[in-house]
Amino acid sequence: MATAPAAAADAPHRYLAEQVRWRPLETAFWLASLLPFALFPSYLQLASQVAITALFALSLDLILGYAGIVSLGHAAFFGLGAYAAGILSKHAWDEPLSLLVVAAAIAGAAGYATSFVIARFRHLALIMITLGLGLLLHEAANSASWLTGGADGLQGVRIRPLLETFRFDLYGRTAYAYSLVVLFLAFLVARRLIHSPFGLALRGMRENPVRMPAIGAPGRAHIRKIYTIAAVMAGLAGALLAETTSTVSLEVLSFQRSADVLVILILGGTGRLYGGILGAILYMVARDQFSGVNPQYWYFWIGLLLVVVVMLLPNGILGGLARLGASWRRGAA
Amino acid sequence: MTPAALATRGLDKRFGSLVVASGIDLTLPIGARYALIGPNGAGKTTLINLVTGMLRPDAGQIFLGDQEITGIAAASRVKRGLARTFQSNALFPGLSPLEAVTLAVCERHGDAARWWRRLPAYREAIDEAHRILGSLGLAADCYRPTRELAYGQQRLLEIALALATRPKVLLLDEPAAGVPRDESAALFVAIAGLARDITVLFIEHDMDVVFRFASRIIVMVGGRVLAEGAPGEIAADERVREVYLGRERHG
Repeated sequence: MATAPAAAADAPHRYLAEQVRWRPLETAFWLASLLPFALFPSYLQLASQVAITALFALSLDLILGYAGIVSLGHAAFFGLGAYAAGILSKHAWDEPLSLLVVAAAIAGAAGYATSFVIARFRHLALIMITLGLGLLLHEAANSASWLTGGADGLQGVRIRPLLETFRFDLYGRTAYAYSLVVLFLAFLVARRLIHSPFGLALRGMRENPVRMPAIGAPGRAHIRKIYTIAAVMAGLAGALLAETTSTVSLEVLSFQRSADVLVILILGGTGRLYGGILGAILYMVARDQFSGVNPQYWYFWIGLLLVVVVMLLPNGILGGLARLGASWRRGAA
Repeated sequence: MTPAALATRGLDKRFGSLVVASGIDLTLPIGARYALIGPNGAGKTTLINLVTGMLRPDAGQIFLGDQEITGIAAASRVKRGLARTFQSNALFPGLSPLEAVTLAVCERHGDAARWWRRLPAYREAIDEAHRILGSLGLAADCYRPTRELAYGQQRLLEIALALATRPKVLLLDEPAAGVPRDESAALFVAIAGLARDITVLFIEHDMDVVFRFASRIIVMVGGRVLAEGAPGEIAADERVREVYLGRERHG
């Protein structure tokens, strides 16, 4: 009888601990991410691109899925990271890990500077502001061709072997291993963050930004912080792309890239960490396969898929799968 | 003389030509249970919005304890002990009540900006949130998403969120709005049971509830304070009768 009240007092702790627990499926997923080395050794370049896109989508999920900030200009930070890594490697030094850190810091600084504007707006105004900032940066990079190479792309990016040992080879072994490790580490940080009190505050901002000040929450400070963190993460992804491919084209800053990552995240499912990763895998692999058949129709299928998913699965593919899993468990119980 | 828990001096607010608050002087002593009544459009909610910083007054001053808070941000007023609830539920539909109240406790502690420790590590905040929810009879339903709670439970959660900020002054904007009459009595019993050092001002239309739970009543009409006094005085006040009964006679 004495244990009953103790169990009741423990219930809220068990409920919250359950929400942050590592699930077996997660372990399985990260182990499976090693499979390409054994099963598809000729697709490691693609796998590396998938990991980079997944990291980019994860960074968008932090602001869109958790804090409710819709951005149509997230490529600005991806592109800044890519150009920072590319340009520095040409003129200053070419050690990949330190380049990665510096490029991410530059993207983060830009994120912090713009976050003061971002934190003041919502909805349509926010979409337009992020879109405008993205276009602005794209055009600036285009016109500063002495620095960026303009529309021809940045030439002469050279990166030293990773840890002075592993060359960025043609098959993409180093590229995929490198991208995967960075993605995994960034994922661990993101996972820790969303399960913290700060992560809860972000969800509060998403659910009801008007109520937040009424519980004493500095809502705008929260937004500024997560926007900066997301910019750092997007910058990491961009720098990874520059380092693993030794090229930077104007496309890294394009509206298309901002739109693609939004589509990827929404297809996969927002606000659930793995949505962007799943979306990146499906999107990149499908594009690789389809573009061999008839590349000009690629966006036709993406458009169709987007409409169908948003209509039938409001929480994305992962949300649909979660619902399926829940009903299956209920059926089994 | 002990300072008032909350006071306003000459608060004015107009939207264009519409005067919604005019020369409002309020004084709530510590531990007060005041009711704010008046016909629709009298400016009751506007007054709460002004006091809590959701609207900026055109003129006048607001004091919390002996500190002036007229110019400071809404969230800072909450940190200093001024909390409110909303007339129509302003909750976090996708969060469970336990998460929402824990969030409010974490914000009060200044822990909500921390992102390197997991939420379950904040055991005291979770225990406090669970205690608050339990005191309002929400312990059993605090794990479901808020949007799935019954309406009356959501009204209680409004109060739970405000209590989690440890208010010195609590402004309740029609806490029982939309709640069936028998349940609204239970809700006011919960309000009456709040710690005596919390100063409470509530807006309410049900006169039975007002006369039962308020120690003093403030009557607002057309953005002005028409009368203030003990329930007996208000009940006998000719001008108040005019406003309430007169309107009925003509309308």
